[in-house]
Amino acid sequence: MSATAPSPRYDMAVVRGFALSTLLWGVVGMLVGLIAALQLVWPALNFPPYLTFGRIRPLHTNAVIFGFTLGAVFTGSYYGVQRLCRVRMFSDTLSRINLWGWNAIIVAAALTFLTGNAGPKEYAELEWPIDVAIAVVWVVYAVNFFGTIARRREKGMYVAIWFWIATILTIAMLHIFNSLALPVSLWKSYSIYSGIHDANIQWWYGHNAVGFLLTTPILGLMYYFLPKQAGRPIYSHRLSIVHFWSLIFIYMWAGPHHLIYSPLPDWAQTLGTGFSIMLILPSWGGMLNGLLTLRGAWDKLRTDPILKMMAVGITFYGMSTFEGPMMAVKTVNSLSHFTNWTIGHVHSGALGWVALTCFATLYYVIPRLWHTTLYSVRLAELHFWVATLGLVLYVTSMWISGVTQGLMWRAVNPDGSLAYTFIESVAAIRIYDGIRAAGGALFLSGALVMVYNVIQTIRQGSVEVPETAPAGALPVAGGR
Amino acid sequence: MAWNWHRPLEAKGLTFSVLTFLAVAVGGLVLLIPPYFLQGSIDPIEGVHPYTALELEGRDVYVREGCVNCHSQMVRPFKTETDRYGPYSLAGEGIYDRPFLYGSRRTGPDLARVGGKYPDSWHWLHFRDPREIEPRSHMPAYAFLGEQALDLSLAERKLAVLRRLGHPYTDAEVTGAVADAEAQAARIAASLRKDGVQLGDVEARSEAIALIAYVQRLGSDLGWRQAAPTAAAPAPAVAQTAAAAEGAR
Repeated sequence: MSATAPSPRYDMAVVRGFALSTLLWGVVGMLVGLIAALQLVWPALNFPPYLTFGRIRPLHTNAVIFGFTLGAVFTGSYYGVQRLCRVRMFSDTLSRINLWGWNAIIVAAALTFLTGNAGPKEYAELEWPIDVAIAVVWVVYAVNFFGTIARRREKGMYVAIWFWIATILTIAMLHIFNSLALPVSLWKSYSIYSGIHDANIQWWYGHNAVGFLLTTPILGLMYYFLPKQAGRPIYSHRLSIVHFWSLIFIYMWAGPHHLIYSPLPDWAQTLGTGFSIMLILPSWGGMLNGLLTLRGAWDKLRTDPILKMMAVGITFYGMSTFEGPMMAVKTVNSLSHFTNWTIGHVHSGALGWVALTCFATLYYVIPRLWHTTLYSVRLAELHFWVATLGLVLYVTSMWISGVTQGLMWRAVNPDGSLAYTFIESVAAIRIYDGIRAAGGALFLSGALVMVYNVIQTIRQGSVEVPETAPAGALPVAGGR
Repeated sequence: MAWNWHRPLEAKGLTFSVLTFLAVAVGGLVLLIPPYFLQGSIDPIEGVHPYTALELEGRDVYVREGCVNCHSQMVRPFKTETDRYGPYSLAGEGIYDRPFLYGSRRTGPDLARVGGKYPDSWHWLHFRDPREIEPRSHMPAYAFLGEQALDLSLAERKLAVLRRLGHPYTDAEVTGAVADAEAQAARIAASLRKDGVQLGDVEARSEAIALIAYVQRLGSDLGWRQAAPTAAAPAPAVAQTAAAAEGAR
């Protein structure tokens, strides 16, 4: 193989593009999150009209979900699907449209949040022109992905592909139905649903955005990159089958747990609670399949920070998928809902499971994409420990403040009157808001260490395949 | 180890994808379709009526500033919640809320029942600087809302679009949207001036006025609070705060 080969077997340019944009949006999204956290401690850090908590909080969530997480999913799935199908992407043009179109959408989204041209439905705040663009680019990704599968030179589809298929189909359905609105102008529209119906649709979307943006495609990353990094096959194919079908089926029923004690009909709330509890089983099936894959490879964790991130990520997946169903129980929800406990729960999943798995994916692919080795394993090790410390500070402070606030809201004096005013519950948790910001700052600084490590790795590497290609850089064509 | 029955499916991309889609579609069909048709899901409530043109503009300011990120509008059926805020939320209240604004985090208090709780002048001062009223508050200061004239250029169109979605606005309400909004803004400005707030021309038709119209409307359809908000005499303490704050400016 030479650098002048006319048609490289796989298209890695699109993967390089997404790897870099993922890192960029990760840093931007986490920085904005840190600013928002600091604004809660020091309100003077709000700079109206553009930089107020109300405008930058959705910028934070959208940048980390759609820019960072989904960027990592594009990176990992474009990298993995070509290898799993033993064929180049269906269309290089569609790959370019996906890369540039998606990043243009994130830029447009960021601008519309700062200028206040966005709606209030969580993780679906964007106005209709951007919603249309998202649908178009998503279809481009789908055509490219399914086209690649259709032309595959491998008989069976590996389990990672199943999870990416489920992601593509489900997100298309959720996005389209939740975003339906009648425009008033270019940047203003009204939802075609109102009140409780709108709430029902929104949390069908919102819960399953967690399910099919932050869970299934990340499981796809786990199923592809964990066996690669550990050098072990997946523990159980049977467990993969059971956990895939039960997870995607059960997930879709759990949305109403966001609307417990709301005016949503009781039967729907109860279904949401019931299916949330059932969800523990497939979730833990996935966790066990991941952790047991490490059997015989645990010693590698001592020296391999990428494997450490994967193992801790899977562990946090297990913890947050146990915590979530507990919070869907009415008795617990009556305490936890509307408090920081929810924020802690989300970040135990988002920082612990999602971000660590995405970091591990990037650490795996970037040296291979630039045909070199990682610049510094020690810096990756530092990243892992700083991120884990930040994560623990973040989650524990939010648990304590959430329970504190929930208990203060329901506390009564002996005569039955309310024991605390609302502002007392605000003042009581300010210290925890500060600890949370410190945890977030640590997590962000870990990401910055990674950026330095990646820049140095790219500087010592090359886009072109070196004459003496390292093993595994580009698999040789043909031959099963 | 492996289940052989599943192997053929793993080799059929299209069949696999169709089955995957069916598996994810069932939950949505069961949870989303019946509430639209089942009797009793939404009991109509007498007194619930669409927002006025100015209230709607205020609601859009509330949406634009992301107030929902910190303020819920959903009172749960617990005694400690109804004691703190007012009657618990009902499905029938939300039929003119597009989109809904339940929120999911109470960084600040719930606002579903805030209409009529405070005089207009309280809100004016509170938007300008929440810490003038509550030093421990960590809400951003929204002084610019009071300095920025409300843009009514889309007011008529907004009502027309909502009428197409089923909100019962009359022709006169749609075509008179701008005039109605200006008249309601003038009434709120008058109540602010009565409380000692000095308003210039722009301030008297600012976005803050529309936001006051909206928050004073919240929960008022139920008629559970006795005093009408705008007509209510301000508490002496608030009047003094208003005067002092104006003096300090």
